[in-house]
Amino acid sequence: MRSITELLHDSPFFAGLPDPVLEQLAGCARTARFAEGQMLFSAGQPANDFYLVRHGRVAIELHNPSRGTITLDTVHDGDVVGWSWLVPPYLWTFDARAAADTSAVEFDGACLRGKCDADPALGYALMRRVSHVMYERLQAARVQMLDMYGAPM
Amino acid sequence: MAEKSILDLCGLQGLIDALQGRGYAVLGPTVRDGAIVISEISTLDDLPRGVADEQDAGHYRLRERGDEALFGYAAPVQSAKPVFFPADEMLWRGRRGPEGGFTVEPAQPQPSPVALLGLRSCDLAALSVHDTVLTSRGLVDARYAARRADTFIVAVTCADPAGTCFCASMGTGPRPLAGYDIALTELLETEHRFLAEAGSPVGEDLLAELPPRAVTSDDTAAADDVVRTATARMGRVLRTDDMPEMLYAQARSPHWDEVAERCLACTNCTMVCPTCFCTTVEDVSDLSGDVDERHRVWDSCFSQEYSQLHTNFVRASTGARYRQWVTHKLAAWIDQFGTSGCVGCGRCITWCPAAIDITAEVDALRAASQQTAGGQHAQHH
Amino acid sequence: MTAATTQQPPVSRDPMVPRPFRVVASHLDTDDTVTLSLEPMGSDPLVFAPGQFTMLHAFGVGEVPISICGDPTRPDPLMHTIRDVGNVTHALVSAEVGAVVGVRGPYGTGWRPGDGVGGDLLMVAGGIGLAPLRPALLEVASRRDEYDRVVLLYGARSPADILFEDDLRRWADECRIEVAVTVDYAPPEWDGRVGPVTTLVGRAGFDPPRTLALVCGPEIMMTLTANALLGRGVAPHRMRLSMERNMKCGAGLCGHCQLREFFLCVDGPVLPYSQLAPLLDVREL
Repeated sequence: MRSITELLHDSPFFAGLPDPVLEQLAGCARTARFAEGQMLFSAGQPANDFYLVRHGRVAIELHNPSRGTITLDTVHDGDVVGWSWLVPPYLWTFDARAAADTSAVEFDGACLRGKCDADPALGYALMRRVSHVMYERLQAARVQMLDMYGAPM
Repeated sequence: MAEKSILDLCGLQGLIDALQGRGYAVLGPTVRDGAIVISEISTLDDLPRGVADEQDAGHYRLRERGDEALFGYAAPVQSAKPVFFPADEMLWRGRRGPEGGFTVEPAQPQPSPVALLGLRSCDLAALSVHDTVLTSRGLVDARYAARRADTFIVAVTCADPAGTCFCASMGTGPRPLAGYDIALTELLETEHRFLAEAGSPVGEDLLAELPPRAVTSDDTAAADDVVRTATARMGRVLRTDDMPEMLYAQARSPHWDEVAERCLACTNCTMVCPTCFCTTVEDVSDLSGDVDERHRVWDSCFSQEYSQLHTNFVRASTGARYRQWVTHKLAAWIDQFGTSGCVGCGRCITWCPAAIDITAEVDALRAASQQTAGGQHAQHH
Repeated sequence: MTAATTQQPPVSRDPMVPRPFRVVASHLDTDDTVTLSLEPMGSDPLVFAPGQFTMLHAFGVGEVPISICGDPTRPDPLMHTIRDVGNVTHALVSAEVGAVVGVRGPYGTGWRPGDGVGGDLLMVAGGIGLAPLRPALLEVASRRDEYDRVVLLYGARSPADILFEDDLRRWADECRIEVAVTVDYAPPEWDGRVGPVTTLVGRAGFDPPRTLALVCGPEIMMTLTANALLGRGVAPHRMRLSMERNMKCGAGLCGHCQLREFFLCVDGPVLPYSQLAPLLDVREL
């Protein structure tokens, strides 16, 4: 069984952070497993968590009464999920469902915020990584919004 | 064999007769509807005698010269382009057949050979540009090639350039440079005569048929004088030594949109340009839908549909279309064909209803580019 | 002497006259896309290179440029995948077996996947952009040992819009081609990836300095993919894009398809990104 620090060390998201920092972050984390179909979180619920997907697939979904359930994005091995824990009012905006059996590292968002507040250098290092992922997801969302392959308009 | 000869008026008529005798339809400048236009001629009386033109931006008038000159005007309304490259020509005719099939009969024009009399040096250069564009690359415009194959060209030195002329800038005139069978320089002093110079074996051959008259040093000096005077009287100048880079670098200039505030996107400039070659295709069906003719018709980069991509238009703005035309003509053409697409005939200036002047717009773009370059220079210090 | 006689070019060489081809099969790929198989009527099969296109003519309606999607080593029947987006394409997708369509070409530059031999080959397709890449994939699959890693990243609008599913399976299972498919929108039952195809570039298994990348799709998809490839360290001259513009002749004569100095029908449609990059970011060029 590998330690959480080791798991973080090997993940692309945390790559490059020194081990003492990873040990601090690991203090907020535990491993978690989700069976296919199980919800990681649901829209409108308090956003307490942040996930690093080790193996599996997580679908970010939106349910709309008139259009049914739409998958907006999928998250795969090595990706991270969830940033509502960073931004007030700390509520999830979308649903996250395990689309396959998924193992993850689950962080306590309040704990992470506390460490970031206490150690701005750690906070900055973590925020840089989170903002990079947010940037990529925003880009992806904009590209999807183009409906590039839709009927010419 | 005769490389050079002097023709008097009878000699010039003899030239026309000889061309007709060889089976050519002779086309030359004539006056119609207050303008010089190219049409079929058979005698010197068909030519515009004693007529000059005034051309300026958005302005064209004929006036009396007060002499007997036959070629005393500048570029006619159209170049020789429509002679070889009709504004509308059928490519093929299809007939619906049994079992969902159809057959295609290609149009095969059997053009009678054409002799052009009095072709300006600008239009002669344009013909050579068109030859390059339409016949020198992998795929050849077969109908153009067929029409062009048997052409006989009697070019003429432009003695009285108009206000919109800048062939001297473009290196295409006023004296015919190449591509002619015979070049004439009209001499009016002391005696109305023409210095005729052969530019091809066929031209030499034909000159030899006419009554010989030796060329004196006075004749050649008088011809040189005509060229010198005409060069000095060019109405406009266009600087091209910094093409294509200068225009490429100005692709984002706001000046294109400033021109667009005046440009009507009417396509006149492209219709009178002797080198514009863009075409589209149109299908014409009979009422039953069983016979379908495919036509190739002149098109213009100023029209919206020209750049249609699905339901959008790549060049939706007039500024982008003006940029396309000028950048293609003066810059991209060099990369594509090794020559400028502009021969300095000035027609786009004359026939622009908004009096937009390509030479002035290029100067403005260059001035803007030098300001930009200067600004960057300053920032580095 | 009479006017010099010059031989007229034979009419069969006239680039503007189509050859009749009969529709021998019509396969409905998705609800708006059809693959037509065509056989020449009384003339030779049309030999083509992967990435080339033809001008397809629907009698009485008009003509459009369509990329060839079949096997370059077996040009008979000639195959085109056509999306129903306008009058002419509507007539073409509606053509029944036995109908006759006109074909001119083939025209344009090809993908030349062979330039990637000895290294990795990456193909990125968006939407119907998979069709012009299919001949290259078939060629590469038949000479698979000459390449190291071969990767296909394919983005479609939704699972129902995925083209050539049998090919995708076969390339992955039998031809050692790493195939990753993603869709922009999906119902919950879709068990694949969701997200734009550009997001696949970041972690795809290719070695950037040794990679030749062939990219085909809507222009915006190609420029975003090129950016992602730049981020991975693929050199611009090792990325090839297939450009689309209005085309009337396919032979460099009508002028419509110009992108500054390029006639995209003759100099393209496939051009290196190093030549396209300065042009694609100028609006309305």
